[in-house]
Amino acid sequence: MKALANRSLLAGCLITALVALMALASFLWTPYDVTKLVVADRTQAPSLIHWFGTDHFGRDIASMIMVGARNSIAVALVAVGIGMGIGVPLGLFAAARGGLLDEALMRLNDLVFAFPALLSAIMITAIFGPGAINAIIAIGIFNVPVFARVARAGALSVWPREFILAARAAGKGQTLITVEHILPNIANQLLVQGTIQFALGILAEAGLSYLGLGAQPPMPSWGRMLFDAQTRMTIAPWMALFPGMAIVITVLGLNLLGDGIADLLDPKSRRRR
Amino acid sequence: MSLLEIENLSLSIGAVPVLSDVDLSVEQGEIVALVGESGSGKSMTALTVMQLLPHAARTSGRVLLDGANLLEASEEHMCTLRGDDIGMVFQEPMTALNPLKTIGEQVAEGIRWHARASRAEAEERTRRILDRVGLPEAKFPLSRYPHELSGGQRQRVVIAIACALKPRLLIADEPTTALDVVLQAQVLDLLRDLVAENRMGLLLISHDLAVVADMADRITILRNGQVMEDGEAAQVLSVRTHPYTRQLAQASTHVPEIRAAAAHNTLDSPQAPLLVVQNLTRDYPGRRLSLLRRGAPTRAVDDVSFSIAPGRSVALVGRSGCGKSTLARMVLALDRPTAGEIRFRGETLTGRSEVELKPARRDMQVVFQDPYGSFDPRQKVVKLVTEPLHLLEKSPSRAERRDMAAAALAEVGLGPDALDRYPHEFSGGQRQRISIARAIITRPRLVVADEPVSALDVSIRAQILDLFADLNARLGIAYLFITHDLTVARAITDEVMVMEEGRVVERGLTHAVLDNPQSGAAQELVSAAPDLKRALERRLREQG
Repeated sequence: MKALANRSLLAGCLITALVALMALASFLWTPYDVTKLVVADRTQAPSLIHWFGTDHFGRDIASMIMVGARNSIAVALVAVGIGMGIGVPLGLFAAARGGLLDEALMRLNDLVFAFPALLSAIMITAIFGPGAINAIIAIGIFNVPVFARVARAGALSVWPREFILAARAAGKGQTLITVEHILPNIANQLLVQGTIQFALGILAEAGLSYLGLGAQPPMPSWGRMLFDAQTRMTIAPWMALFPGMAIVITVLGLNLLGDGIADLLDPKSRRRR
Repeated sequence: MSLLEIENLSLSIGAVPVLSDVDLSVEQGEIVALVGESGSGKSMTALTVMQLLPHAARTSGRVLLDGANLLEASEEHMCTLRGDDIGMVFQEPMTALNPLKTIGEQVAEGIRWHARASRAEAEERTRRILDRVGLPEAKFPLSRYPHELSGGQRQRVVIAIACALKPRLLIADEPTTALDVVLQAQVLDLLRDLVAENRMGLLLISHDLAVVADMADRITILRNGQVMEDGEAAQVLSVRTHPYTRQLAQASTHVPEIRAAAAHNTLDSPQAPLLVVQNLTRDYPGRRLSLLRRGAPTRAVDDVSFSIAPGRSVALVGRSGCGKSTLARMVLALDRPTAGEIRFRGETLTGRSEVELKPARRDMQVVFQDPYGSFDPRQKVVKLVTEPLHLLEKSPSRAERRDMAAAALAEVGLGPDALDRYPHEFSGGQRQRISIARAIITRPRLVVADEPVSALDVSIRAQILDLFADLNARLGIAYLFITHDLTVARAITDEVMVMEEGRVVERGLTHAVLDNPQSGAAQELVSAAPDLKRALERRLREQG
């Protein structure tokens, strides 16, 4: 019940669930077939027949947003997952050990960080060929150093605190302290960073798709739709407007969700609501 | 007309009343102390005068500075007053300065802004005021950054900023609470001299009656936002008409009754020592000068040897930075000594692995200074208190843990309803009780307490000292009490060790050392330590 009392969590859950539902629904039904080109209907303004209008090939934008959600969300989510899954333990480990090992890990991190995501994506696709999976891996690798840094910085600020000393006096080792005390205390920062990286993931996927390194046509993705719309902004603004709004709303929903979970994890704000 | 005249001041923040009908006045050249425990509204009174209250604050009454009501002054007008006519010194010298600016820039800033002085002129005045507060340019050039100064030196910079323009009113909010006693005495002397020189009015906010008795001309005692008693400082504090004044004064010189009855009077103990420390040394590597070169190492603890008998309570006193806490950490096996040996219950702790240390850790626990920082804010009390149970051979079940936690809480005077609450729901004193419950849950034989009462109000401090004494008497726990407060050492310990620059320079029975200190370090501490009784005697003698 506490969770429902938290307004931003509720709103975040609703929006995220809605987007997820939309993506799932697209497997069963879409208003129009997104693989069929109807050139006669190209760049039509939003109407009762085509709610969000059509693109330059006459495809229904509402249907494309539904199908594109699958791709965009999957890529961004998995990429965040990869980044968190590898980056967070790495950062926590570096912070717990300190010294030379920390230094070495973080410099390695810098090396990956210094390499633009797009460049590594091109490299990966050059080796393994283009496709959504390779885009995910490329974006995921780009996320690793981000999470490693946030986790390490957060952990370093928790380690010198007295309750950690108390835990050490209670004979707890680095691993146990990290799991019991450090991680819960930096979960907030990680969640917020997670929502930011998710948003960036959607954009990165869009960039890769634009270069032809992401989802392959005819599979639509939000990013691809945006880039297609770019040159037609003046004649068909709806082509950019609706996919753009889809991205904004999804990111907003995830941000609210992240904030809500962060509040839920914090005993101080829990009491206030 | 008084310099500052507060009449019927009431303040509420949101729906919470903070002050009600506070009257207070400060004359030119006068030191007025505002005394009270935390939450009494002392700092809020100061912020009201500065008009730096939070947005939700509502005030009524009058705050007159030279007859002009500050409560009605515009923000623009306040900006010209703050720093120019009213200066403020904050408690925490670590955070009151901007770490990115040199001390010269920070002092000159106010001078340039208010006096419209040229750069050269402001620099000249900065030089003069820094010299005045005891930071001569030859040793402390204006280009120093705050992190290059010690706590006491930083507080001098803060005072220099506040006094640079010779304000008529200076507000000092617990200006020495973060400093050790020797620095405290120096800073208080400085404030007193500046007040006399410039005929400033000083509103000194403090929780420490001994400091106030020594410094203030008049005193106002606040409790829950209301003035309990006010008047001539030495009079109020020696006559103690108001029951709350009496309570505060008694609490600040409190000695637990149990101890008064059962004090150990000899240094020798028939039992084998519980803890033996031999030739302990700890070096910290010097600062890295370049990739391969390091500066000379710092010796934090230098060849220290001592022992503690079972059930004894030993104080470790010394100025900040003398190596007290490093020594304590090594005793707790949280830090490795560079050389020397620690034996606990006859076994050596040095060089042991975490697993081998488990049995020793069970018998040795710790209580920290800060009742806020020593708990994971995300865990419930039951989890926090049972953390040391990790050390038991056999891990107890959930129900057993709860029972043990409830028992430990009962031991420190808290009910079982505390189990499922979070630390932020408790007051400072309650938290320190929880911290003690955590320390005694494994029934240790030694508790190391690092300034366990210095963050607490006097009346709470008295209760916690009683608790320590009681646990010592009932459970036979030995204490290593780290403190810079000699009143605490006197109240609760049998023996005292005085540390200076990493060495133990004096050791003996508490009353013997504190009444008749031999070493320079001990003498310095004793003479600098504020003492309510001595201060009052001196003041009353002066007044005849």
